[in-house]
Amino acid sequence: MTEEFASKSAAAIDRAKAEGRAALVGYLPAGYPTVQESIEAGIALARNGADLIEIGIPYSDPVMDGPVIQAATTEAISNGFRVANVFDVVAGITAATDSAVLVMTYWNPVMRMGVDEFARRLAEAGGAGLITPDLVPDEAHEWFEASDRYGLDRVFLVAPSSTPERLDMTVKASRGFVYAVSIMGVTGTRTSVSSTAEDVVARAHAAGAERVCVGLGVSNPDHVREIAAYADGVIVGTALVAALRDGGVDAVGQLTKNLSAGLGRAAAEA
Amino acid sequence: MVDAPTAGSEENVADAFLQGGPSLRNASGPYFGSYGGRWMPESLIAALDEVQDTFEKAKADPDFIAQLKDLNKNYSGRPSLLTEAKRFSEHAGGARIFLKREDLNHTGSHKINNVLGQALLAKRMGKTRVIAETGAGQHGVASATAAALLGLDCVVYMGAEDCRRQALNVARMQLLGATVVPVTNGSQTLKDAINDALRDWVSNVEHTHYLLGTAAGAHPFPAMVRYFHEVIGEEARSQILEQTGKLPDAIAACIGGGSNAIGLFHAFLDDASVKIYGFEAGGEGVETGRHAAAISLGRPGVLHGARSYLMQDEDGQTIESHSISAGLDYPSVGPEHSYLADIGRVTYEAVTDTEAMDAFSVLCRTEGIIPAIESSHALAGAIKIGHRLTEGKENPSDVTVIVNLSGRGDKDVETAAAWFNMLDEEGHVKGTTLSTRKPKGPTERTNEAAVDVNEDQN
Repeated sequence: MTEEFASKSAAAIDRAKAEGRAALVGYLPAGYPTVQESIEAGIALARNGADLIEIGIPYSDPVMDGPVIQAATTEAISNGFRVANVFDVVAGITAATDSAVLVMTYWNPVMRMGVDEFARRLAEAGGAGLITPDLVPDEAHEWFEASDRYGLDRVFLVAPSSTPERLDMTVKASRGFVYAVSIMGVTGTRTSVSSTAEDVVARAHAAGAERVCVGLGVSNPDHVREIAAYADGVIVGTALVAALRDGGVDAVGQLTKNLSAGLGRAAAEA
Repeated sequence: MVDAPTAGSEENVADAFLQGGPSLRNASGPYFGSYGGRWMPESLIAALDEVQDTFEKAKADPDFIAQLKDLNKNYSGRPSLLTEAKRFSEHAGGARIFLKREDLNHTGSHKINNVLGQALLAKRMGKTRVIAETGAGQHGVASATAAALLGLDCVVYMGAEDCRRQALNVARMQLLGATVVPVTNGSQTLKDAINDALRDWVSNVEHTHYLLGTAAGAHPFPAMVRYFHEVIGEEARSQILEQTGKLPDAIAACIGGGSNAIGLFHAFLDDASVKIYGFEAGGEGVETGRHAAAISLGRPGVLHGARSYLMQDEDGQTIESHSISAGLDYPSVGPEHSYLADIGRVTYEAVTDTEAMDAFSVLCRTEGIIPAIESSHALAGAIKIGHRLTEGKENPSDVTVIVNLSGRGDKDVETAAAWFNMLDEEGHVKGTTLSTRKPKGPTERTNEAAVDVNEDQN
């Protein structure tokens, strides 16, 4: 991984590491249910134990998302969400908290705005970088340039199906952390976390990744505890979106608090 | 980046690009100019690599080629005919119109060419299950057919709205042993069916092949789907030479994702004298915004794994497409078409619902062939270019045009009946409802109903 400048995501993960625990990464969509409420929910994430916050851009064709996130992002769009609002959400959260705020987005909205323009505005809003579920390093030429220019992290995904060559290439292309997909599938809560996740993390570490966070299917403190034992960070999405849907901002705060209870690495190893 | 396409400006179509240029045939991907590629989740990259690798090996394997040829001949019924449409020609300025009869293939459209090829590849990869998306149901039916033939499980994703519109095709797929999953996300049409098929694929990729139905999507699909359809153009090219002794002046096909079109076009790409036309779905008119003319009015973007012309709003959100033809109701287009549009080798134009349905009616009545509404867009286009190419010509019949009749219209009878005002208030074909039917037993015959229908149409 290249580290020519201070990566906000890496710093957040390292702070957690210094406390002897894994980092908690919480996902919520921008503009759900409204732009203002998504800012409040993001702040609640940060204040209750999330070290990094992942703000999703609602998109018309979210092929990596399961029903809960699809329903939320569809609602956000029908409530009038515009892509440029994501910068307001990022700025709103970074103004109120110390958490690193990344944007998770499918690639077409970025391409439509212009990769450079998008990166410039994200950096201006205080964003840490981008997580790109449908952009592999092979197609990321423009994003490499823009992320270097504006000092943004580029978080690519690795999967159980990634070959050693691709894993190696993706680890080298990433900055901030590497997102390890725990299972072959889309976002959504699951009763257990696949054991393949540990293998993917080990392979990414072996390929030279200093920080690897695990996502997909993580929904409760037990999952968090299990993953925190071997990964540098744990990513929770669908469960938080469901909490926001059912119980509003307070429920997000409560769930984040519960999840962060599972973070202690020492506890997991005991 | 690329500028707006030159669709509609016929002079650009000429052979400027071809003068001394490299061959346009056999483009292997992943890129076609700046289009194509693999804008896909990492989870699926290994599967795409496996498909590509299996495909490349199969192409070089005489056994595979022989197996495919055998199925094409003895199962699909290839070669399909090239039929001269002599009475239809009068409606196209007198140009000689030849129909490439993909409607005569088993399952009633060109779709079978691709599914047989891909289903054979699925077997070679050791997959036991295929999934597919479908709009009108033609690709779903073809996939269910190939799966039954080769002993594969088959799940077809179909927009709930399309399921309702094409209930008969849902039943056909079920009869063939496939499971049809109605998709209730988004616009509940073809693009959403593809989204759900991709979600299924990413979850079940170990034993499942995604049998994508058009020459779009991530590499290797555009080049691979084209390869399986190239037989259309190869046959048509030798058939037209045999029947007329020369190459055609123009060829025409309809474009949704563009698989039947690229299959026909491929054999003629390097024939500089042959003008090539693709007809997109203009829906209610491109000026209304309710259309599916991605090349004519879209701008480059990524959807479903490829960079190509795309109907999108200022935020990059996909715009829902509209067409009377479910098979053309797709907001993007195969990446090779975007490239061929930019370099001016193929001219892309929009044909409205009305123009397509007029051509549908003309073909029914002049040739005794009920075309698919998709193919009717190509027929409407042929009427236009027939007039253009024969203008001022002493012998209009010197002009020859091949139209890809990509499918038969049986599936569209209900839509056509509604369009031509053949239905009563309750949606029944006029004259067939209980109120006009006599109880069982000996009755006198009446032809009143049929007369009504004719009056309505004339």
